[in-house]
Amino acid sequence: MTTGTADARRRTINFHALGPVLALLALVGLGAFLNDNFLSAGNVTNVLARSAFIGIIAVGMTFVITAGGIDLSVGSMAAFVAGVMILVMNSLIPSMGIGVPVILCGMVAAIVAGFAAGWLNGVLITTVRIEAFIVTLGSMGIYRSLVTWMADGGTLSLDFDLRGIYRPVYYDGILGISWPIIVFALVAIVGEITMRHTPFGRHCAAIGANEQVARYSAVNVARTRIATYVLLGMLVGLATIMYVPRLGSASASTGVLWELEAIAAVIIGGTVLKGGFGRVWGAVIGVLILSLIDNILNLASIVSPYLNGAIQGVIVILAVVLQRDKKNAD
Amino acid sequence: MTASASGPKLGPELGPVLAIEKASRSFGPVQVLFDVDFDLRAGEVHALIGENGAGKSTTMKILAGYLAPSGGQVLLDGAPVRFANSAAAEAAGVILIHQEFNLAQQLSVEENIFLGRKIRRGPFLDRKAMQAESRALLARLDCHVDPKALVRNLSVPNRQMVEIAKALGRNARVLIMDEPTAVLTTRETDVLLGLIDRLRTQGTAILYTSHKLDEVARIADRVTVLRDGHRVMEQTAKGFSEDAMAEAMVGRELSGLFPTPIAACGGPVLVVEGLSVPGLVENASFTLNRGEVLGFAGLVGAGRTELMEAVAGLRPRTGHVTVKGAALMPGSVRAARAAGVVYLTEDRKEKGLLLGKPLVQNLTLLALDQFLTGPAGVIIDSAAEEAALTRAITDFDIRVGDRTMAAGALSGGNQQKLLLAKTMLATPDIIIIDEPTRGIDIGTKQQIYAFIARLAQSGKSVIVVSSELPEVIGLCTRLMVMARGRIVGELSDGAVTEAAVVRLAMGMTEKADAI
Repeated sequence: MTTGTADARRRTINFHALGPVLALLALVGLGAFLNDNFLSAGNVTNVLARSAFIGIIAVGMTFVITAGGIDLSVGSMAAFVAGVMILVMNSLIPSMGIGVPVILCGMVAAIVAGFAAGWLNGVLITTVRIEAFIVTLGSMGIYRSLVTWMADGGTLSLDFDLRGIYRPVYYDGILGISWPIIVFALVAIVGEITMRHTPFGRHCAAIGANEQVARYSAVNVARTRIATYVLLGMLVGLATIMYVPRLGSASASTGVLWELEAIAAVIIGGTVLKGGFGRVWGAVIGVLILSLIDNILNLASIVSPYLNGAIQGVIVILAVVLQRDKKNAD
Repeated sequence: MTASASGPKLGPELGPVLAIEKASRSFGPVQVLFDVDFDLRAGEVHALIGENGAGKSTTMKILAGYLAPSGGQVLLDGAPVRFANSAAAEAAGVILIHQEFNLAQQLSVEENIFLGRKIRRGPFLDRKAMQAESRALLARLDCHVDPKALVRNLSVPNRQMVEIAKALGRNARVLIMDEPTAVLTTRETDVLLGLIDRLRTQGTAILYTSHKLDEVARIADRVTVLRDGHRVMEQTAKGFSEDAMAEAMVGRELSGLFPTPIAACGGPVLVVEGLSVPGLVENASFTLNRGEVLGFAGLVGAGRTELMEAVAGLRPRTGHVTVKGAALMPGSVRAARAAGVVYLTEDRKEKGLLLGKPLVQNLTLLALDQFLTGPAGVIIDSAAEEAALTRAITDFDIRVGDRTMAAGALSGGNQQKLLLAKTMLATPDIIIIDEPTRGIDIGTKQQIYAFIARLAQSGKSVIVVSSELPEVIGLCTRLMVMARGRIVGELSDGAVTEAAVVRLAMGMTEKADAI
């Protein structure tokens, strides 16, 4: 009896793992069919570079969701981190002059701010024992409001000359591959290995599957869970480092709905929303699917690009429905 | 209870209410049931016994409409029937009481009992009437929980009672009980068996399964034995001794269920002094010696599990715990593990195993730090994990259909063996086993007992917590008895008898007399 169910289970998992890949391939085919420019190097680079921010965050989100948590604050956190970064860099110019050291300080500030923000979320959730949904809903409002306040309702702009030095981090790269794409790829690869082949990844899945079993198996549940939020916060910092040179500014509208896209990408990729199972490469596929839909709508003009959000919403709901089928099949 | 074998027989003269004929069932390529005949008659208790994996669950699920047979047929009142699902079977009065609780944790007792049916007064639900009926149903079971209490706040035995009350409320003609007493205490079991006796008198057809063969001998009219998916025997319960049942189940002679108890071979390795867990354990002190199997007996709720969890760092505590001369930090599972103390939970489904995860991930979860490789020492060595699984399957005789299966697909006995294998990977010196054989068959029990004895022989020290008295008495030379959160007595060697333990556990003997 047991063999039969196990076989059936493996078949469904394979099917569900392949689903998003097939969807991605179908989108690529559709894009190529609709527009000759779709597969041009310029367009591909553009799509991948713009996916990088959400993608880097989605990798961190995969760990949080796998361990049974959620973080709604990442979009606001990105805006807040961008604001902090710009303020730090601008304020250092008088003492350090315009140059690479200032930008390095800004990068450190971004990672530290992301670390602190993630740690605060994690501690409130695990130590103070408040629901992850509530904590991050609250911090989402707090960070959004803080960045608006820091910009005094307007826009925080990076010093113009400094921006010139910082610009290549978004626009340049090696061998024609831009830096955001390289960083995203590295984060995805390290994330995938961490999830599948390290005790941390195994512990995240164990906690998400059954926190009691994890506790009885000598897993440090609180520390692991806080670590997922800290990891996500630092990746938000990293994404912001890649994002700031693109526009050189931060405002109340920076990173709006990033949390939605990141969570959507994770779920589309096959990570179980309730926790217990995570697939980092799936989240990467999910991000690419969301970006491609946006790109195709912009290129093809069959459907208005304004409906992008609606289409993304439908896909997310569909992905969850497919997940439920998987559970029933078990 | 003595009426069990001679109760009024309405049924046997009539035809069977529910039967399967030449039923077989396959899951994929694996056949688990082979041409099994089984019938249930009104006013009769028909026991179905067999080892884990013998096909009992499959048989019950076919009878109750959860599974369709691959071959053969189901007969309801003599006519072939195909239950589309369990709801169709319930509509026909056939109700399966699950071993794993099928209750909604967040709902109240009354809401659970009335799940899917309701009493109305006009457009509104008649809460009062439903509560009154719930109370009446539970009173028949001698169970006095408040119908308004939430199920998640109930003890495990009380949840089982609610599950039974829910079935009673549906006026079952056929009641299929899957190990209803696995989590009940002796007294609760007596109440349940009394109720089964009354239901039989009222003409209900009852299928009863249990690994506790004394209950089967007490309550059953007829017994069917399954082994490896085949029906090997069906006979009247009268004159069918427990030993004969066990041998029919296992298919070999079972001599010496318990290994010869061995005495300690060294001085104290674990010393607990004045340990308290607020509200649960009070001032407990005991000593465990090297190479000893120390038993902990007592009623359910006496605080044994809580005491052991506190020792193993799973609960906050006060008092002193010393392992091999060094004080153990309270409240840390990792510190306990590092000191060589591990605890095997009684609740393997909720606290022991990740049921949805593959075997190998369960096996290595506790001792994952031993499977690290790579330059930074942070990568899990999958080959070493697979090798550990191979070893565990051999060493612990875990019967797996497929190495990649989920732990939840294993039978109860094999889950327990996997849990043992997982714990032993941490190479502990002091092993605390809570209810080592709950819900597992007699053949596996024997294997686990032999394993515990081997552990002690190899110089490890073992604590066995069990509610089954023969088990602790058979395994241990020294026994601590707990009642209401306190250690009330210690028995050793010749003084270890069931009567002595029960007297202590019920608080009938002065502490001074026992020691």
